[in-house]
Amino acid sequence: MPKPLTALAAAVLAAFAVSHFSDRIDPYYLDVMEGVGINVILAVSLNLVNGYTGQFSLGHAGFMSIGAYLSAAITVVAGPRILGDSGGTALQQGLLFMGALVAGGLCAAVAGLAVGIPTLRLKGDYIALVTLGFGEIVRVVFQNVDSLGGALGLNGIPNYTTFFWVYGFAALTVYTVACLVRSTYGRGFIATHDDEIASESVGLSTTRYKIVAFVVGAFFAGIAGGLYGHLKMTITPTGFDFTKSIEIVVMVILGGMGNTTGVILAAILLTLLPEFLRSVEEYRMVVYSLLLIVLMLARPRGLFNFDYASILGRLRGRSRPSPN
Amino acid sequence: MAEFLQQLLNGLSLGAIYALIALGYTMVYGILRFINFAHSDVFMVGAFIGYFVGEHLPEGTVGGGLCALAAAMAGCAVLGILIERFAYRPLRGGPTLNVLITAIGVSLFLEYTGQLVLGATPRSFPQIFPARVVAVGGIIISTSQLLVIAVAAALLVALQFIVYRTKIGMAMRAVALNPKAAQLVGVNIDVVISFTFGLGSALAAAGGVLYALNYPSIDPLMGVVPGLKAFVAAVLGGVGNIPGAALGALILGMVETFVDGSRWSTYKDAIAFAILIGILLFRPAGLLGRLTAEKV
Repeated sequence: MPKPLTALAAAVLAAFAVSHFSDRIDPYYLDVMEGVGINVILAVSLNLVNGYTGQFSLGHAGFMSIGAYLSAAITVVAGPRILGDSGGTALQQGLLFMGALVAGGLCAAVAGLAVGIPTLRLKGDYIALVTLGFGEIVRVVFQNVDSLGGALGLNGIPNYTTFFWVYGFAALTVYTVACLVRSTYGRGFIATHDDEIASESVGLSTTRYKIVAFVVGAFFAGIAGGLYGHLKMTITPTGFDFTKSIEIVVMVILGGMGNTTGVILAAILLTLLPEFLRSVEEYRMVVYSLLLIVLMLARPRGLFNFDYASILGRLRGRSRPSPN
Repeated sequence: MAEFLQQLLNGLSLGAIYALIALGYTMVYGILRFINFAHSDVFMVGAFIGYFVGEHLPEGTVGGGLCALAAAMAGCAVLGILIERFAYRPLRGGPTLNVLITAIGVSLFLEYTGQLVLGATPRSFPQIFPARVVAVGGIIISTSQLLVIAVAAALLVALQFIVYRTKIGMAMRAVALNPKAAQLVGVNIDVVISFTFGLGSALAAAGGVLYALNYPSIDPLMGVVPGLKAFVAAVLGGVGNIPGAALGALILGMVETFVDGSRWSTYKDAIAFAILIGILLFRPAGLLGRLTAEKV
């Protein structure tokens, strides 16, 4: 295994290199690839909450929309004033975009803190419901704020999202989540997941771990929202409803809760699946839902959750000559 | 004053519909401890069965209306039992999250199959019951509103009777309390769970037909929003608690109607969740639920 920081630097460099040649890639494929990257950020960050910490959040799209709206507001409203009439150089645009994304992420994180502190004392399904409620409230509020476009949504967002930004942040998300759960501190997330009562009795503050997971997850959801807004160039409140949250949760569960590699693969698969099914457009969602049911019945522990030890054991057992 | 009474009546009939849906959620949750997301789509199927049966019956007669209602309830009871048998039972005993995802899958399946087969354009629901509008002292009372309240009340009483006065009801309560112990004393869990799904789905179907009578436009996605609200109502009253679900639904129906009539009407969809969060903070088990300490 390479050192995590080296891997992160390599991934960011690779993203930069691919981005340099992005005008040679077919725009449709580029769009799909960037969509995949954004879903990877969403799924991996939600995995910290739903997978590693064992909570059940259904409000990830709410945090995404906060990040999307705030960063879009910055580039649309404040952007022209900062960059001037000329539109600024590529570097200035990049810095502005970076600032807008981080501001969106931080705002989502603050919202995560505000929702998390009162609600994470609740248990199980109640958290699911309260986070779902939070997402719906955010949607309704955005529908009613006229300066952000109201129900019609915000249009004319500059097209800043490139391959580099998406995959740079995707690498950063994977790096942060992987390092966090492997650290000494991060063992507390897994302890909270495994047995809340036992972890409390050895002195871990489970509420605190839940809130930290929630805030970190919300931050990256906000970043993903900003990237999404600057990719699609238009955002509507209904684009971040309950269905979007469910979509992300499905990625986490199909990938195998608390298994970052599996979740990344599931995010890729579930983003590409509707694209592959475009030829059977009418039946697309029917096939998608049926696959969901069948996959859950056939592989209840997640699509990519393999029992490596038993597979290895079986392979060895087969290669060994039989005793007779 | 007249306006207040008018809103009260509107709220009551909306709450009655929420109550019919919420009961199915709360019964399933009480026994299997998971949110049956497909329930809101069973509600939609109920409305469509009512629509297709209603088309072939004479319009505006009590007998015809009751026929359509009964057909919808029976059809959805079968649908609910089939969903449980084929989608949820194989996963029983596993983590509830998996069942939850399967439920989401079933929900999406019903919605999109509905769009494929029935088309996404809304259809107007026939007046299967005799409809009349009466004005009493400035309040406009429509017979379909009264019908909703009457049918909901009758079904609630019937449900209360089934759960507390019959053998299968006792078995349901036993399984909700402790499935393993119930099995040890000879309760057939499979039968009880199938029955619960059938009963809950039949109530949702009744809710669907009554909803379609009052808001006469039906489409394959019509269940999503009322379903979500009804689940909120179930949690509000204390999930797993039958009178609680009815109480939560009435409160929710009232509050929503009053908000709808005020200048905050565009926030109507958010208010249900705001109330929910507020109540859960002070009474984490819901209004009528009892908080039980977790034992190690």
